[in-house]
Amino acid sequence: MCRLFAITSNEPLSPMIAMESMEVMKEGHDGSGVGLMLRDLAGPFEDMKDAPILSGIFTKNGIKRFDTFMVDLGFMTKYKLSIKVSKTPPPETPKRDMYLIRAYEYPKEWEGLSKEDKAQKLLELRLQLRKMGEEKDDMIVYSFWPDVIMIKEIGDPMQVARFLDLGRKELWARVILAQGRQNTNYSINLYACHPFFIQGYASMTNGENTAFIPIRDFLESRGFPGYSGYQSDSEVFTHILHYTTTQLGLGIEYYKHVITPLKDEDINDHHDADFLKHLKHSCRPLIIDGPNCVIGSLPDNSVFMVQDRKKLRPGVIGGRPGLYAFSSEMCGLDAAIPDRDKSKDFQPMYLDTAIVGPDRKEVFVCTQKDPLPPLH
Amino acid sequence: MYPKRSLTPSTLSVKDLPWQISWDQGKCTLCGRCTAVCPVQAIELGVFRKREVSTEINLMSLPENNIKIWYGIRQKTDPAYRCVGCAMCNLVCPNNAITPIRSDEIDKLRFHTNAGGQPRRRGGRRNNTESLLDQIKFIRISMLTDPALDAGRHEFEIRTMLGRILSPEENLLRIKENGWIPPVREIYPLIIGGMSFGALSPNMWEGLQMGVAYLNEELGMPVRISTGEGGCPPRLLKSRFIKYVILQIASGYFGWDEIIRAIPEMKEDPCAIEIKYGQGAKPGDGGLLMWYKVNELIAAIRGVPVGINLPSPPTHQTKYSIEEAVAKMIQSMSMAWGFRVPVCPKISATSTTLAVLNNLARNPYAAGLAIDGEDGGTGAAYNVSMDHMGHPIASNIRDAYLNLTRIGKQNEIPLFAGGGIGKTGNLAANAAALIMLGASGVQTGKYIMQAAAGCLGSESDRCNICNIGLCPKGITSQDPRIYRRLDPEAVAQRIVDVFLSFDTELKKIFAPLGRSTSLPIGMSDALGIDDKSAADRLHIKYVV
Repeated sequence: MCRLFAITSNEPLSPMIAMESMEVMKEGHDGSGVGLMLRDLAGPFEDMKDAPILSGIFTKNGIKRFDTFMVDLGFMTKYKLSIKVSKTPPPETPKRDMYLIRAYEYPKEWEGLSKEDKAQKLLELRLQLRKMGEEKDDMIVYSFWPDVIMIKEIGDPMQVARFLDLGRKELWARVILAQGRQNTNYSINLYACHPFFIQGYASMTNGENTAFIPIRDFLESRGFPGYSGYQSDSEVFTHILHYTTTQLGLGIEYYKHVITPLKDEDINDHHDADFLKHLKHSCRPLIIDGPNCVIGSLPDNSVFMVQDRKKLRPGVIGGRPGLYAFSSEMCGLDAAIPDRDKSKDFQPMYLDTAIVGPDRKEVFVCTQKDPLPPLH
Repeated sequence: MYPKRSLTPSTLSVKDLPWQISWDQGKCTLCGRCTAVCPVQAIELGVFRKREVSTEINLMSLPENNIKIWYGIRQKTDPAYRCVGCAMCNLVCPNNAITPIRSDEIDKLRFHTNAGGQPRRRGGRRNNTESLLDQIKFIRISMLTDPALDAGRHEFEIRTMLGRILSPEENLLRIKENGWIPPVREIYPLIIGGMSFGALSPNMWEGLQMGVAYLNEELGMPVRISTGEGGCPPRLLKSRFIKYVILQIASGYFGWDEIIRAIPEMKEDPCAIEIKYGQGAKPGDGGLLMWYKVNELIAAIRGVPVGINLPSPPTHQTKYSIEEAVAKMIQSMSMAWGFRVPVCPKISATSTTLAVLNNLARNPYAAGLAIDGEDGGTGAAYNVSMDHMGHPIASNIRDAYLNLTRIGKQNEIPLFAGGGIGKTGNLAANAAALIMLGASGVQTGKYIMQAAAGCLGSESDRCNICNIGLCPKGITSQDPRIYRRLDPEAVAQRIVDVFLSFDTELKKIFAPLGRSTSLPIGMSDALGIDDKSAADRLHIKYVV
């Protein structure tokens, strides 16, 4: 089973903290891959919060095609993080020509566009780049979004981290999501690696989503271009999160009601019974059937954790004001924040959504039986 | 053959009949129960004469003739009195001395069951033992990364929805704007399909209704039953139990006078209204209740004279086209109950199903679509319709679901599949397969008749006399002397047995697939079949 770790901190942290946690949770992942999402970035990106950052892997040909493409669109490089790697990658890690992390300035034509329009165009561009890359097998694009960096690679997490020198100052961030893969496919498609990302929403999951096909079919039929190209049954968790929040305009408190609605008798006793009944009916194809622990991150830099309805993968949250970590194993949390009050550790159960907001002051827990916040 | 009997083209021997009576003189007590019970009087007391020649070894004595008379059972060969194979004779025989045996070759009777130019009509089923649904296997077994669930201990949400479900965006908007939200019923995914009051005996109907009420009120299982086209007894219409009933309206509008008049006195709304445009057993043909069964009670409920044939027209005659009929009838029916009751058409499976479905997709009041496949049963139909007309359900429901998925409305118009579900006894497996192909639920009639009331029909043309009111078990008879054989309480008990065991079996299928939180509608990755063409057609895995 894959291992998950996320940390959110007032002070910027090195991604290595996540890798060290991954290392202590090693018995649970097979070292077949690692995925990282960094946001609320420090270092050179601190002063360019609005500049979209493109993260991906390119061949020499790919980068040429990519550069031409971006220049033609009017994107100017604002900052380039060069990851120079030694000639010999770790065992199982393929030799790559280039790991790209590059911040851009928007083209002039984009000036004056609303935030929503920009978000839509960034998404379309990322999808277009993915398609171009798949055609010639020369580029992989993980994200193209302000204040977000994503790195995914095949191989043992710690070895990959050292190989890519992920501890470097430029990559320090206040929110870090990391997943160590337990591979279930022989040929690994990097697009199947967690965390998944769409327009500021990210999530990663352990376990298996048995309801994947009907959920995928439903998302793909929403007519939203980003809900496509599924390589992993866990990617739908990110997209349901995005759908619930952006398309339905519902807050994170509603997410759990979409993926694991209450039983009818509990809905009848709920303060918002009528609303929840309608939500359950109309979002029925989005109901998951775990076992899954989902750790996700929202555009406001909140981090949250939810479980499925009954199987409950392990998952724990602990820390102190200003620093909280989410981990699929207790030892991962212990490695990251050993000096916390462990009596305050929280393991969300089947009704809970545990959220650490952007202020990182506390772990806010809402259960599905709570009254819901008013709709906007 | 008797010496004086003429040899006409339709003169048949016992060997020519589909069912031949095997009778054992040694076991027979001549009690007469078999001849009394035979619903079609195929057997009668026979007086047989037998010559016995006795010859002594002694050459001096002459051989003697002894003529003996003995009594036994004689099978009639007149097509009108042919044995239907119901085996009631065997059921009542104290010594197991008599039983019908299926002919070892294709019978000759079939060439002669059109006396007077009237083709054969019958009740029952298609008489085809093949079942594609039985071939479908559930192959996605949860292992290791996703441990299987415990069918006995985990909670399962085995519920489906009947009603027009809005898209999430539209639903939230209507909540916000306090707009009309179509009624949706949360029901059990196995519906007792339309078998009318008239087709079924009063005892059978009462037993079904009691069983359904018990399941709902004592066991918390929201099981629903369709009335079929024949109205509904006024006492039920005005009771609280009507909420468990789907009222069916069809082209004959039988019973709807009573229903409309009862609306002001209804304590509860019915579960739904089903507009029948077609049925799987006799697609493109109307319902048929033959005169034998139209007694005073049936005539009163249906608002017709006693003792006449009641053929419903093939289509709703008051309307110009099915599209218009669908739109207008859905609207009218919705209006009759103040838009509080889902209204859902039912059609025969056909290669034109998608045209109907696309039409419904654009109709905001359409609450779903029930599709009845060729294996559906009936109380009365022309043999040719049953045997040769219609479309298999599996590919039809799959096409419909995939079509809805393409237009993004797979959750908005629930599809209900019927026709041949459990025809070989595998009710839960067939239902689960159809759900994973895209059905929101299934309807079944024949299985219920067999399991809950002991219907004798089989896929070997056994019995099949539902149409003439002589059902030997009293299930489809309107003759009190026959239907008193059927104890409504026992039927109710069996209904409960059927649903509880179905529920357990369904969980035994869903649990290893890792599904319990919602019904696995459209979970086609779980399905496999060992027929490549079928796999390609259904977009499921080919497994050998």
